[in-house]
Amino acid sequence: MVTAATRAWAAASAVPDPEVPCVNVAELGILRDVRIDGGVAVARVSPTYSGCPAVLAIELAIEAALRDAGFEARIERVLTPPWTTDWITPEGREKLRAYGIAPPEESGGKATLFGAAQVTCPRCASRDTERLSEFGSTACKAQYRCLSCREPFDYFKCI
Amino acid sequence: MAVWQAILELADDHLVLGHRISEWCGHAPMLEEDLALPNMALDLIGSARVLYDHAGKLEGAGRSEDDLAYLRGEREYRNCLLVERPNEDFAHTMLRSLYFAAFMRPYWLKTLEISSDETLRGVAGKAEKEMAYHIRHAGEWVIRLGDGTEQSADRMREAVASLHIYVDELFESSDVAAEAETAGVLPVRGDLRAAFDATIAQIFAEALLEVPQVPYPQTGGRAGLHGEGLGHLLAEMQSVHRAHPGATW
Repeated sequence: MVTAATRAWAAASAVPDPEVPCVNVAELGILRDVRIDGGVAVARVSPTYSGCPAVLAIELAIEAALRDAGFEARIERVLTPPWTTDWITPEGREKLRAYGIAPPEESGGKATLFGAAQVTCPRCASRDTERLSEFGSTACKAQYRCLSCREPFDYFKCI
Repeated sequence: MAVWQAILELADDHLVLGHRISEWCGHAPMLEEDLALPNMALDLIGSARVLYDHAGKLEGAGRSEDDLAYLRGEREYRNCLLVERPNEDFAHTMLRSLYFAAFMRPYWLKTLEISSDETLRGVAGKAEKEMAYHIRHAGEWVIRLGDGTEQSADRMREAVASLHIYVDELFESSDVAAEAETAGVLPVRGDLRAAFDATIAQIFAEALLEVPQVPYPQTGGRAGLHGEGLGHLLAEMQSVHRAHPGATW
């Protein structure tokens, strides 16, 4: 017997991230949960960065996915506790790597915030990499270069 | 009563600095900086949005974040003077960000520790980390320029001379801020001086810059008394919204 909550979760969690479409919102850890409240599917979503411009698009996509699955839907934005890169699931990390984005080095605590982190090349797995720029094509990424295979790549930075 | 106004001050700081930094978009001296600056602006504007929304709800008069951002004039803005200072050159831009982030990081850390307001703790939990990035990024530029060529060092010293007079205002609490501090909602601004001074002293030492004495600090932003630059900034930022009242997208 599949409950309504399970069906709602399946529908909402299948929504891909609009900027990093290789992972879905559940693997990214920003979809916290979906509950059924008086017949309405309520999805709780945590933004990644404060200014992430994709938040609204993500919320609309989740709402649409729930409607398509036959639910009335509502989104609740959750700020506390704040999302951190540690919430990306192991599957999410593997998909990021396969997509060519180095996943954040665990854990996204204070140590990694101030440099020191050794980032692994997503293509050749070399640890011999260097930072090109603190800020990449989206707010959540930095630019790196592999010194072994010479490929530049995005790094999903720790917060 | 005063708490929403204290949060409005914070929101104004973030929006005005975010807008100032966004003026670099498409004009930065290299591609990496053209990405970095709008990213920093986004962090600030993202925080501003939550703060405006929260202030509007606490006010209880039905004002949305857009109403607060787009429909208040210059004298109603309560941002500190530092954040509205024009971009000038890269030395000014990076130093302004360094000062702001060096203040806001301990401010948000303290908010996480003491605030009774859950939304503010939510903003703080993110912004504290983002401000750490801003300190690092802006700090690296201050060091590179200060300890660079004769010309870059000259410009960096000029930036310090023109912006340091706005630092003291960061640590002043307006009447509404003082009320929010007493109520345990926001941290006491004056208590954060040591943390700020330590960050700046460390970076200035590497940048071969001296921390100047400021006999006559410039203040007035919290009372709505601004420099001439803010009016121009708001005119640009608000013109579309004012020309098409109520339009959404």
